[in-house]
Amino acid sequence: MKILLVDDSNTMRRIQRNTLSGLGFTEVDEAEDGADAVAKVQAGNYELVLMDWNMPNMTGLEALKAIRANPKTVAVPVIMVTSESEKSRILEAVQAGATNYIVKPFTPDVLREKLAALGK
Amino acid sequence: MRAELINPFLKATVSTFSTMVNTAPTPGKPYVKVEPGLTHDVSGIIGLSGGAKGAVIISFPSETALTTVSAFIGTPVTKVDADVTDAVGELANIIAGAAKADLSGLNVNISLPSVVVGTNHKVNTPKDIPSVVIPFACTHGDFVVEVCIALTEQK
Repeated sequence: MKILLVDDSNTMRRIQRNTLSGLGFTEVDEAEDGADAVAKVQAGNYELVLMDWNMPNMTGLEALKAIRANPKTVAVPVIMVTSESEKSRILEAVQAGATNYIVKPFTPDVLREKLAALGK
Repeated sequence: MRAELINPFLKATVSTFSTMVNTAPTPGKPYVKVEPGLTHDVSGIIGLSGGAKGAVIISFPSETALTTVSAFIGTPVTKVDADVTDAVGELANIIAGAAKADLSGLNVNISLPSVVVGTNHKVNTPKDIPSVVIPFACTHGDFVVEVCIALTEQK
C-alpha cells in the first residue's frame, strides 16, 4: 500500500515511518506541509494519507478540503494525525471529509487499529 | 494562579512521555517562577493565544534532551542537532495540544513550536503574566515545564 505521510515535523514523519515499517508498510512518501501534500496526492496514486493539522503554508484541514474538492482524489482515505484533540476540531475534520482521526500522543497500536479499520 | 490552568499541562506532560517516550515522569511540586529563573540547554516553546495568553515551555539539560529524544524517535542521538531541536519542538507541540483539549472551554490557540538551544540559557516570559514551573524527574533525567498563562478579556 502506498502511503503519504504529511507533517512539518521531521521527527513525527520519522516516528510514523518507523511505526508503519514495523507494521509491514514500506512504500511511504513524505510531504512537509499541506500544499506539498495536495500536489503529491494529485500526482501519485496514494491509498492512504496520514495528515497533520497545524503546518505552515497550508494547514492539514485546508489540504484535506482541497483533496476532497478534486474528483481525482476525492476518495483517497485521509487520516488526520494531530494534537488538535478537542471534539469541535475532530467534528470539523470529519465534516471536511477526514476518514479517521488520531490524536497525538499515540501509540503504535492506535495506528495499527486505525489501519485495520480501513481494511488495510 | 488557578490550578485548573496548570494541571492540564502537568497531565499532558505525563501522558505524552508515558505514551511516546517510554517513561512515566514524576512531577514535583509546582512553584511560582521567581527571577532569576532556572537556566537550561534546550527549550521548546509554544505560544498561547485566544481565550488565554502566554506560553508553555519545556526545558532540558543537554544530556536529558539527548536521552529523551533518543527514546522519542527510536534512534540514538549523541549531539544536539536539527533532529533534536525538531523533536523537542514536537514534544512541546504535543503537550500543548493535549493540554488545550482540557482547556477547551477557553478556546485557546497554540502556535507552531520554537526551540532555543544554548548552554545555560534563560527563557524570559512577560512580567505581567504569572509563570508556574513544574519540575519532572524521569528515567532520562530531570526537566521542567513552565506554564505562563493568563486569561484574556474574552473570558
